[in-house]
Amino acid sequence: MMYGVPGMVAQRLMQLVPVMIVATFVVFSLVYMMPGDPAMMIAGDYATAERIAEIRQIYGFDRPMLVQYFFWLGNALQGDLGHSLFSNESVLRLILSRLPHTVLLVLYALVLGAALGIPLGILAATRQGTTLDKIITSVASLGVAVPNFWLGIILVTLFSLGYRWFPATGAVSVFEKPLEALYYATLPAVALSTGVVAVLARQVRSALLEVLGSQYIRTLRAKGLGSGAILWKHGLRNVAATMLTIAGLQVNRLFSSAVIIEAVFAIPGVGNLISYSALNKDFPVVQGVALVLVLVVILTNLLVDVLNATFDPRVAAST
Amino acid sequence: MTDTNMTAMTQSAAAPAAKATLPPPVRFRFWAWLWGDKRALISLAYLSVLVLAAIFAPLIVPYAPNKQNLMDLLAPPSGAHWLGTDDLGRDTLSRLIYGSYNALYAASLAVGIGVAIGVPLGVFIGFVGGWIDQVGSRIIDGVLAFPPLVLAVAVTGALGIGLTNAMIAVGFAFAPVLARTMRAQTLVVKNALYVEAAVGFGASRLHLILRHILPNAIQPVIVEVTLMLAVALLAEAGLSFLSLGVQPPESSWGGMLARAYHYVEVAPEQMYAPGFAILFTALAFNTLGESIRVLLDPTIKRR
Repeated sequence: MMYGVPGMVAQRLMQLVPVMIVATFVVFSLVYMMPGDPAMMIAGDYATAERIAEIRQIYGFDRPMLVQYFFWLGNALQGDLGHSLFSNESVLRLILSRLPHTVLLVLYALVLGAALGIPLGILAATRQGTTLDKIITSVASLGVAVPNFWLGIILVTLFSLGYRWFPATGAVSVFEKPLEALYYATLPAVALSTGVVAVLARQVRSALLEVLGSQYIRTLRAKGLGSGAILWKHGLRNVAATMLTIAGLQVNRLFSSAVIIEAVFAIPGVGNLISYSALNKDFPVVQGVALVLVLVVILTNLLVDVLNATFDPRVAAST
Repeated sequence: MTDTNMTAMTQSAAAPAAKATLPPPVRFRFWAWLWGDKRALISLAYLSVLVLAAIFAPLIVPYAPNKQNLMDLLAPPSGAHWLGTDDLGRDTLSRLIYGSYNALYAASLAVGIGVAIGVPLGVFIGFVGGWIDQVGSRIIDGVLAFPPLVLAVAVTGALGIGLTNAMIAVGFAFAPVLARTMRAQTLVVKNALYVEAAVGFGASRLHLILRHILPNAIQPVIVEVTLMLAVALLAEAGLSFLSLGVQPPESSWGGMLARAYHYVEVAPEQMYAPGFAILFTALAFNTLGESIRVLLDPTIKRR
């Protein structure tokens, strides 16, 4: 038995195995959700008998489901996610070429959301009950209810078509021209970040209020410690783990919204790829994107756990 | 339940004299609460109007929603067309009203499916415990790991494009969230004294679940369901925007936005009405959910 951070990581990895099995099985079984003969559904209305037979062979529909699953999983683990039914391109290559656009967008939105949401939450908590607090909490309510893609459209109308400050659509590779890539990703990231801003502002506010109202803070106050020192040295340190956990959970949500935002801004990311492929029944691609994104989310959660354990010994000790 | 107990207690303690101080019957409390919580009042009033508009859409719309007027394309708001017309000359207000039906239907369907799968699953694994709980919880974790909309897009692609399938897909993504909440609640409730008492009286498992555990564990789910209606509404709008949901010529708010975006340089005003409709409706569900949360658990403050 290992203790401390390495022990925690080992334990988390063990817990991840069943989660991964379920997640991969869900992705695999998507084909079985299709009504009727999946091979015929995938092939489309005008497919020849040979094409249907070919697809049946690609998927191995003639074998028992569990056998197929392990066959599919084995291939996936070796990086073989099949080929697009339309372009015949390797699904993995297709995804890897588009993933950087989506990851840049999600990270950018996460950073924007944290940079705005955390200070707003602190501001609201330290001025609880004031007009400012009420404004911040109301804006946060709007932030969770606003459709991101609509906000994206409005931003395009205002800042691209109106003022022409930002490009309306498209994306630039972050590896080739990093600065230009950020410039292109700015409007979509802003549109994407509202939910993160709102959720972080709310959660930081309530977590901070709870800490600031606790016994030991009252003791510190009674000992004559200034409110600034209390906030920075004791209050924020205790909500840091909450902030990190909430921010980590937002990654899941951001990948969700990115699917639609990428359509608005015509960003060639994996979100655009999966919705386009779902519309065109390009099933290997749909499965591939779902698989890669669920793995990204699972690993992000692991990373958050590790970071929390590294910064806060109590987390590592409690597992 | 507490209210009726208290009523009974006050009655038996000071039966003759206390008639005037009896708390008002529970039926009237709803209105008192609603009147006391203005945000809930406004949200509920707005949602009621929306439901009525959706039901009576054919009676109240000024034009048939699919009636094209090719002489009047992308017209700005006017006396004849209060919200203008779209790229096919269809009246935006009429399509907005018809869209409310699809929005509400979609939200209820998705949440209904989430409840139908998630609640029984959560109660079952929480109640039975042991390895079934272990396996069930891992399944919940596995499905929860997906970005919900990515899962919904993938499942819609599998089931076939269309509003009902899209909402089944969203419901599928909701189910593990509700199952997790329900499981946690069941674990708390099943160790309560009154459940032990019922076991002592020889109550069957089904009786325990239906009469004791479910009613006492459901409260957080009611809040979650109300908030989920907003999420489902946004998901419907998003999926219809991607043309994975409501199919033309039927109208949906998300689909209207997709068309409006195409012609945004010609008629930018067309993108406001559907967007605000989505925003206000989602806001109303969220506000109502927060109000119910405060109502059910007075120890927490409104966030």
